[in-house]
Amino acid sequence: MKREYLILATVFLLLALVPFLAAATGQTSWTRLVGQALIYGMAAASLNFILGYGGMISFGHAAFFGIGGYVVGIMYHHFDAGTSFLGVIPGTDQMLITLPAAVLVAGLAAALVGAMSLRTGGVQFIMITLAFAQMFFFLFISLKTYGGEDGIMVRRTNALPGLDMRNRDTLYWVVLCFAAAYYLFLRRLVQSSFGQIIAGIRQNERRMASMGISTFRYKLYAFILSGMGAGLAGALMVNFLRFASPDMMHWTRSGEFMIMVILGGVGTLAGPFIGAGVLFTVETTLARYTEHWMLPVGILLLVVVLTSKGGLMALIRKLTGGQK
Amino acid sequence: MILLIEQLLNGLQYGVTLFLLAAGLTLIFGIMGVINLAHGALYMVGAFAGAWVSIQTGSFWAGLLAGLVASAIAGVLVELGVMRRLYARDHLDQVLATFALILIFNQSTVLIFGRQPLFTSLPEMFSGSVEIVPGLPYPSYRLFVIAVGLAVAFGLYLLINKTRIGMLVRAGASNRQMVRALGVNIGGLYTAVFGLGALLAGLAGVMASPIMSVQVGMGDEIILATFVVVVIGGVGSVKGAFVAGIVLGMCDTMLRAFLPGLLQQVMPGSEAQALGVGISSMGIYLMMAIILLVRPRGLFAAQG
Amino acid sequence: MNHVLEIAGLTKTFGGLTATDNVSLTVNAGEIHALIGPNGAGKSTLINQICGELMPNAGHIHLAGRDITRLPPAERVALGLGRTFQITSLLDDMTVRENLALAVQAREGGNFRIFDRAANRAEVWDEVAEILAASALGPRAGVTVADLAHGEKKQLELLMALSQRPRLLLLDEPMAGLGHLESQQMIDALLAARGDCAMLLVEHDMDAVFALADRVTVLVYGRVIAAGNADEIRANPAVRDAYLGEEDT
Ligand SMILES: Nc1ncnc2c1ncn2[C@@H]1O[C@H](COP(=O)(O)OP(=O)(O)OP(=O)(O)O)[C@@H](O)[C@H]1O
Ligand SMILES: [Mg+2]
Repeated sequence: MKREYLILATVFLLLALVPFLAAATGQTSWTRLVGQALIYGMAAASLNFILGYGGMISFGHAAFFGIGGYVVGIMYHHFDAGTSFLGVIPGTDQMLITLPAAVLVAGLAAALVGAMSLRTGGVQFIMITLAFAQMFFFLFISLKTYGGEDGIMVRRTNALPGLDMRNRDTLYWVVLCFAAAYYLFLRRLVQSSFGQIIAGIRQNERRMASMGISTFRYKLYAFILSGMGAGLAGALMVNFLRFASPDMMHWTRSGEFMIMVILGGVGTLAGPFIGAGVLFTVETTLARYTEHWMLPVGILLLVVVLTSKGGLMALIRKLTGGQK
Repeated sequence: MILLIEQLLNGLQYGVTLFLLAAGLTLIFGIMGVINLAHGALYMVGAFAGAWVSIQTGSFWAGLLAGLVASAIAGVLVELGVMRRLYARDHLDQVLATFALILIFNQSTVLIFGRQPLFTSLPEMFSGSVEIVPGLPYPSYRLFVIAVGLAVAFGLYLLINKTRIGMLVRAGASNRQMVRALGVNIGGLYTAVFGLGALLAGLAGVMASPIMSVQVGMGDEIILATFVVVVIGGVGSVKGAFVAGIVLGMCDTMLRAFLPGLLQQVMPGSEAQALGVGISSMGIYLMMAIILLVRPRGLFAAQG
Repeated sequence: MNHVLEIAGLTKTFGGLTATDNVSLTVNAGEIHALIGPNGAGKSTLINQICGELMPNAGHIHLAGRDITRLPPAERVALGLGRTFQITSLLDDMTVRENLALAVQAREGGNFRIFDRAANRAEVWDEVAEILAASALGPRAGVTVADLAHGEKKQLELLMALSQRPRLLLLDEPMAGLGHLESQQMIDALLAARGDCAMLLVEHDMDAVFALADRVTVLVYGRVIAAGNADEIRANPAVRDAYLGEEDT
């Protein structure tokens, strides 16, 4: 317990130092890389809550990531053009508004998708979540007002009162704080009564139902919470990259989130972040040397899936001698 | 009217292509219980091998043979090397491992053939067109594709309903334990079914190659539609794959052909175009969502 | 007399097979009603209809006077229905204690507290400790369920069901696979619980049935062929033919 807090604090401090390290070594791209990895980590962690703890294999998680991103993009678009969304909702560039809005809209989308998908199970669930994600993907492609296939440029990062958000390092620290807060939120969530029931449903849904738990409602709430997390990550990503595009919700992106979860360790808190960090680093590093970086990534993934149980977290735990 | 008939035929041709892919996938799904995202990669292998050989030899038929052989071999290798280890795993592992296979297949193909699409020509015999109704000349090659698709459907029907292998396949789709209990060589059956599925995917690939461009990633686009077909038809049901394949192929083609035009009557041209294309792309997914809401296991779901 | 459970004309078919055929029976307050019958008679199918996992094709189920035929499973539990499974069905990755804690927690219909800490809910853990202290599973509280022996899992099934304080408990073969001593313990546990709830007991172990049951219903091929108290059933020639024959000699 004590040890866990110590590790968390150390990791947080190290991550907070990244902009300084980057400046000192001249590797200015680091800040950007680590920031992106943290945001992907949040998205993967949100997926892990339903996938690892709840046993729901959603293949459409990128949809909520993209929707969260588009909320920021669309609000900025209207702010910039001085128009309003559907003629009613004025745009804004205030992060204190855009982020909650993104979380809310992603949650609503997740409620819709979840309410329909969770009636099925197994293969059908995987495929219907994928189908809904594809629908959102094509929906945004067909919206010419918001850039269609090209997406929306957000020329300026959302403003936060009292901070200079145009400073890349400040933005990074904001992202880091969100990631840390989200980690703590998830940690609390899985230890809560609700989290215990969700874990029970994963292990034996029939048993939970026979004890009077309406499993559908619990799974739906978990699905919504998870979608909201992905929406938050997407909104941060659009702020970080100043760009929202349909690519954010492409089905291969959903696949990538799943890879991050598996790579890091299903059903662990830190796993998705580690998986996101590793996958993103491997991808960007390899991409620098060869355009065929997907080949080694594919082989790595195949080997990990076929040979290991529990991903990198299991490995770390083995190396450090037990303990989370 | 003539346009409508032409598009209906195009839809039918796309539908049988979907069926060829879905038939193998649904069998693999139903019998081994494994989700194979890499099925589209086998389609691509067939298309590339077929296109390359037919460009080298100048003969479509040599290409066809090569495509079939290549995809079947690739399928058997994948089964022996990877799939075997996945049967006992959960769906998550299957999705990820086969997702990895897609990456590997795509990049290997880029390494071998580059990123430029390959173009092949139609077989001499079917390079012309036939006037099916007065005023509508229709490419005879497309008719040939439809005919082959229907012939394969009939062949599969015979295989599944009239032979011992088919009996096992049917039994396997509804009750995996039972087949095991019959003392059948499961390993052999699995490899054979997987090989057959790969062969059908390769056939679809070769036949599509003169009509569509043969390029890396061609499998990724069609595999999603194929999954929709399999799930709507009911996992494990070849009949379902046939019905759903044809219906979806038609709907998809019709939407794409006519929706933008319809929308143009109510909104400006470029927006109508984009919206029309977007909505028609959503069409099959929407259908799947609706059908699964009514029948959570698909139209022709096998028991169990 | 008020029936805790009343089943009338319950019929369930699977394709061409009629698994329960027009079955009617009642369970009175405080009573243990045994349901016996050969393998495949439809006993589990009946239990699953009562608890809502299967929908009957025809017939009605009343729990304490209320029609529950079409209610979802969770609502039936809220009305006081509890069950155990023929093939033990527990949360295998959790400990005995955690399994019980979830059962106790579920008694309130579960909850949607996402910010509390399950580990700090003293009222739940105190109750779990109390239940465990009174049972033979006490020393095994910290063991993961997957590592329990078969008999211990059966005990845990019962403890979880009882901890929900049902007014009617459906027991699907609680003694299946137990040794003689374990069976005796189970019988004692059921006898101790009989004051708290009525029970519908499906069981193949005839010694247990005759030791526990106030009334017995015999099901063969989905049909009720006899019903009565233990002595009547023992003496019934149709039952001897269909079912007890081989065991009685
Ligand atoms: N889901 C199902 N689909 C089809 N048939 C079923 C299903 N469940 C049970 N059956 C059939 O219904 C009949 C009754 O089964 P059930 O499990 O209720 O018997 P049982 O009396 O509990 O037997 P046992 O003593 O072996 O537990 C059996 O013939 C069984 O094969
Ligand atoms: Mg039974």
